[in-house]
Amino acid sequence: MSVLPYLVAGWIFLIGCYGLATSRNLIHAVGCLAVCQASTYVLLLAVGYRDGGTAPVFSDLKPGTRPVVDPVVQALTLTDVVVGATVTALLLALVVQVGKRHGTVDPDELSELRG
Amino acid sequence: MRPVADVLIVLALALVAASSTAAVLARDPVRQSTVLALLGLSLALLFAVLQAPDVALSQLAVGSALTPLMLLLSVRKVRRKGKEGGSHRNAGNRTGSTDQEGRR
Amino acid sequence: MSRRARLWVLAVGGLGLAVLLFAASLELPGFGGDWHPYGVRAVEAALARHTSNVVAAVNFDQRAFDTLGEESILFCAALGTVVLLRQTSDEHRVRPEPARVAPPVRRYALVALPVTLLIGLYIVAHGQLSPGGGFQGGVVVATALHLLYIAVDYRALERIRPIGLYAMADAAGEAAYLLLGAAGLIAGTAYLANVLPYGTFNTLASGGTVPLLNAAVGVEVASGVVVLLASFLDQAVEIVDADDPDSSGRNSDQDNSGRPRAPDNSDQPPAPDTSGRTPTPHNPPEEKPT
Repeated sequence: MSVLPYLVAGWIFLIGCYGLATSRNLIHAVGCLAVCQASTYVLLLAVGYRDGGTAPVFSDLKPGTRPVVDPVVQALTLTDVVVGATVTALLLALVVQVGKRHGTVDPDELSELRG
Repeated sequence: MRPVADVLIVLALALVAASSTAAVLARDPVRQSTVLALLGLSLALLFAVLQAPDVALSQLAVGSALTPLMLLLSVRKVRRKGKEGGSHRNAGNRTGSTDQEGRR
Repeated sequence: MSRRARLWVLAVGGLGLAVLLFAASLELPGFGGDWHPYGVRAVEAALARHTSNVVAAVNFDQRAFDTLGEESILFCAALGTVVLLRQTSDEHRVRPEPARVAPPVRRYALVALPVTLLIGLYIVAHGQLSPGGGFQGGVVVATALHLLYIAVDYRALERIRPIGLYAMADAAGEAAYLLLGAAGLIAGTAYLANVLPYGTFNTLASGGTVPLLNAAVGVEVASGVVVLLASFLDQAVEIVDADDPDSSGRNSDQDNSGRPRAPDNSDQPPAPDTSGRTPTPHNPPEEKPT
């Protein structure tokens, strides 16, 4: 149990990389990159988890009565989720442009075009 | 209480691993965006059981609505363009999902 | 490199990475352990500054400079998307047709819209008290506005969404964050220092600059996401090529499906004619209440 979440994070990263490398469609590749991003969230939150801990929100919790999970990694993940989505948008905009200019979004065909 | 929490975490981890694998293996981007929405939901579930409600909220909004929506819109734009261009190799992808396109 | 060789390189690299990741995860502190030195200190600092949501305190107080960086990435990504997806000279706009929406969908979406919008604003406003904040609430607010697209059609959405205004709001949010940071310099301490009085614990005005920075981020994220989605929607719905033979038609999709199709997919029946209806994103935002 104590390493399972880390292994899951590694698995998500590796499967995302596999999808990125074998993708035949750039839009699909961007989706795979989103999967890769998800692995970092899982890893960070797994590092910050604490057995029996509760959320680090003290609006309805008296400080010191219960252990809380690590808020620092949560803050890192939280901003990354939203910022990652906008970066995905930027990549998709690039893909749309590629599709407009070359009429295809298959990376193999694109490299043929260049050569 | 602790064993219950552990079981929930293991279940959520399994769900995340399965849906991320499915998201990569779904080669058609339209189907992939649906699976990515599912992945967003299961990630939100995992974050909720990992006691990170802030992140779960943000993942719920982004992963299950925003990212799939943008993927679908790009697919629509690129395919419309592709149809005009006539035949090229990933046509098999397109015809596979005409029913989904019709629904959209 | 051939496809086969590439797969071999991928397999070797992936295997090596897998071994390294496995070795690394054995050395990491065990899952669920008690040792969180930074977490403990962050909780103490947040409570000292009367911010009950420690995550918000970390984001907008203790690590506010890091958030400035994240926010700038967001800003630049939105800017880049708008530039990449702008209408070029060889493209022109086709006005989308008014669409017919099934009455139950319309009713449900019109009820859900104000509720979702309100929840989004609530999440932004209570960022320093309960789970939520500018990042999450901003996305909820932005997606809530797009329920109008599901409920009515694209023209209705365009009416409530003057892009220029949202683009300005995006920039104003970023600028507000920068200027609030400069307030620390004026007060004689560091950039982005928490200089305001901390207020009463667990009230809306607690936490010093945290609610203000949170609101600035909320404005920026909400308008940034609206602008992003607008760029994609414009591309997908309105903008078509000038050299497109269908450009004189009212909707390019219609003529496309009637045209003889490419030989490689001629065995397929022609796509159903969907031109009367502007496309609807198939998944409504799941953060909807109910």
